[in-house]
Amino acid sequence: MHIFANPARFLRLARPLTAWLGWGGALLIAAGLGAGLWLAPPDYLQGETVRILYVHVPAAWLGMAGWAGIALASLMQLVWRHPLAGVAARALAVPGAVFTAICLVTGSLWGRPAWGTWWEWDGRMTSMLVLLFLYVGFVALADAERERGGDGRLAAIFGLVGAINLPVIHYSVLWWRTLHQGQSIGLTRSSIHGSMLWPLLVAALGFALLFGAIVLMRMRAALARQKVEARLRRMAT
Amino acid sequence: MSHWPFILGAYAAALLGTAGLTVWSFVAMRRAEREADGLKDGP
Repeated sequence: MHIFANPARFLRLARPLTAWLGWGGALLIAAGLGAGLWLAPPDYLQGETVRILYVHVPAAWLGMAGWAGIALASLMQLVWRHPLAGVAARALAVPGAVFTAICLVTGSLWGRPAWGTWWEWDGRMTSMLVLLFLYVGFVALADAERERGGDGRLAAIFGLVGAINLPVIHYSVLWWRTLHQGQSIGLTRSSIHGSMLWPLLVAALGFALLFGAIVLMRMRAALARQKVEARLRRMAT
Repeated sequence: MSHWPFILGAYAAALLGTAGLTVWSFVAMRRAEREADGLKDGP
């Protein structure tokens, strides 16, 4: 990671990577969602509603992965003072918030036909809502710190502390057995049939690649803005 | 109750949210990089 401490070196890699991740992600999303809508079979219990899985689950994973990225970047900023870590954390926040919001909206649209309710104060749903509020808080704190010329340390501490919510989200379905279903996909095995699993994995990979492209775009924008601000400061003195 | 309005609503929310975020990030990046490149050419 320290190889990319130099923004020029980072940009040499980020420029071509942005396009590759963006277009690759878009193609995989189209393939995964197309297969999810037209090739995957309906569920024996939930019927066609299960197709919401192909947008809901990738959004949930990326909402959580975004905060895991913020926590890692915050750690790198606080411990190693990596110059790009703060930029990366800020670049992750808005995409993470958007995917968390998508997860909540699509979950609500799934809940109405499946459970008969748009919302329930269930452990999983509530902890995902808390994640959305954490994202909003992080964005507000990072912006306020930046405007006051701070070094982003407060936002980094907030990013680390907020990571406590990630295991709460993950284990919520085990700790509080309420409405949300338990975990059906693990690292080594899945209870979802292969015919429904592969479109999900393709769509999830597509959304992940596009998420990476979006984060790179936001990092590039932040670095360009820093460059302009530094130049204007030099001209003013 | 037909499930398709819920399915289409979920796909629309996901795709519009993702596309909107992508376009916004791309436009902001292009604008910022053009501004930074403009400084190189300036006085």
